[in-house]
Order: sequence, then structure tokens, then C-alpha cells
Amino acid sequence: MQAVFPLTFAALLFSAGVYGVLSRRNAVLVLMSVELMLAAVTVNLVAFHGLVASEAGDPLLSGQVFALFVMGIGAAEVGVGLAIVLLLYRNRATVNVDDADLMKY
Amino acid sequence: MSIPDLFMLGAFVLGGAAALLVVTARNVVHAALYLVIALVAVAASFLWMGAEFLAWAQVLVYVGAVVVLILFGLMLTRAPIGPMAQHNENRKFAVAVSGGLFVLLVTVIVATFGDATVDVTPVRVADLGEVLYVQWAFPFMVLGFLLTVSLIGALVLARREEGEGPLPDDTDEGSDQGLEDAAQEPGPSDVTSAPGAGDAGQQIGAP
Repeated sequence: MQAVFPLTFAALLFSAGVYGVLSRRNAVLVLMSVELMLAAVTVNLVAFHGLVASEAGDPLLSGQVFALFVMGIGAAEVGVGLAIVLLLYRNRATVNVDDADLMKY
Repeated sequence: MSIPDLFMLGAFVLGGAAALLVVTARNVVHAALYLVIALVAVAASFLWMGAEFLAWAQVLVYVGAVVVLILFGLMLTRAPIGPMAQHNENRKFAVAVSGGLFVLLVTVIVATFGDATVDVTPVRVADLGEVLYVQWAFPFMVLGFLLTVSLIGALVLARREEGEGPLPDDTDEGSDQGLEDAAQEPGPSDVTSAPGAGDAGQQIGAP
């Protein structure tokens, strides 16, 4: 398989995630965009595992194991993130990230 | 262009379109459902690249658990279900940043990996498990510990603080209203300036 396809797919997912994080207003939608960026990173890790395996070999399967770790960390991140969003909603009655500007200079 | 390339192109088109719809959809529930398609396309691309265990783990963890959690988050924060403007005033800036990033990344990828090929030989689950539980055993245990810590942390963050709401033994009023109402705290005795104070009996912190 050409390496360009998975890497461009990951770039597209990551750019969409960056756009969502910067422009979305709802904090839950921002979390979904972060999930897209994490998915892009896992696609990259698996693709580079294949790339390294075709050239030098990858006996420890580092790319796939790291992708698995990113997946687990993403699951932990979305749990804590949603807890924070619920706390924000309980205290401020909104999930608009632009309204959570208490620590803005 | 070989057969795996065509399959990968299909996942690329489907997942890319779904990802763009996730960040542009005006309806928040539709955005969550487009996220399902995007994550399934990511799992499909794992399959075409020979990472079978990762593909099914992606389906189980993300499509099965994370999307359900996100839908619960949308429900608990009473997100507006109908279509509405979901973007802030940074939209043009965000288009410029992400578009520029995409063009930069694609330029670098094509210049560097234009003729490289990916080995799509499937990695057997037994081999992955053997490596994971021998050479990667300590990081794997650290990951499990991290998941435990995040579970406890999320519980501590999301539970109602002492004095923030009614204590659990104050909920005897709800117990005679049947099973469904028993889970909800009585609204009028709610002392917080909680967002749901207007509609009685619906408290977002209720388990």
C-alpha cells in the first residue's frame, strides 16, 4: 500500500480536529474534535509501523503497541473531560467554552 | 493502484467526509453520529493496514463506549437538539489555521513519503499479545493504573459535593413516586444555584 494514503487520511482527520477545537462553541463538541485528533495520531502510528516493518522490521511492534496506548489514554481523557464539562455545566449553567473565561487575563 | 490502496481510499473518502461533517454539523447529535462513521472508517483503515486487534479494539472502545459517553454528555448538559449556530467568532481564523496545517502536512508527506510503501502483512493477535505482556508489560500495567486513576478522578469530579446539593438521606420524597423518580433528587430542596433549578426534579448530578 502506498504510504501516502494513510498519512494523508491522518492529516485530514487532524486538521478537521484542529478546526473543531478552534471554532466549536459547545465543550462536548470540542471533546469530540480532540477525539478526532487522537484517532489521527493512531492512524499515523499504525502507518509508520507498517513503514518501519517493510524496511527494517519491528520485532517489538512498537507502532501498534503505542497506538493501543493512545487508545487507552484517549478513553481516560474523554472520561475526565466529560466530568469537567458536567462540573462546568453545574456551576455555570452553560457549556459554552467562550463563557468559561474566569482565568483569562 | 492495488486492491488495498482502493480499500484505503474508500476509508479515506468516507472517514474524511464524516470528520468534516463532525466539525461542521449544526446539530450536535448528528455530529456525534458522524463521529461514529469517522471512527469506524479509522478502524477500517487499521484493518487494511494489517492491525486487526487494533481495529476491533477501536470499534469496541471508541464506537462502543466513547461515543455513548459523549451522547450521555450531550444529554446531561441539555445540549440544544435542534440545529443552531455552533461556531464562535474564530471561524475564519480556524479555517485558515486548519487549512494551512493540512496543506503543509500533505506537502511534507508527499515530498517525504511519496514513493514509500506500507507493509500490510497482518500482525497476529497472538504475536501482539506476546509482545504486549512480555516486553511492554510494565507500560501496560501503568496504562491500567492510569485508567483506574482517571475513573476515580472522574467520579470525584462529577459527584455532588457536600453542601452543594441535597444529602442522599434527604431524598425520601422521591421514593414514593415509583422507580423512575426515585433516582432523581427533589428539585425544590435544591440549595445550589444549579442550572436546572428551573425545572424541578431534574438535577444533572443525579446518578
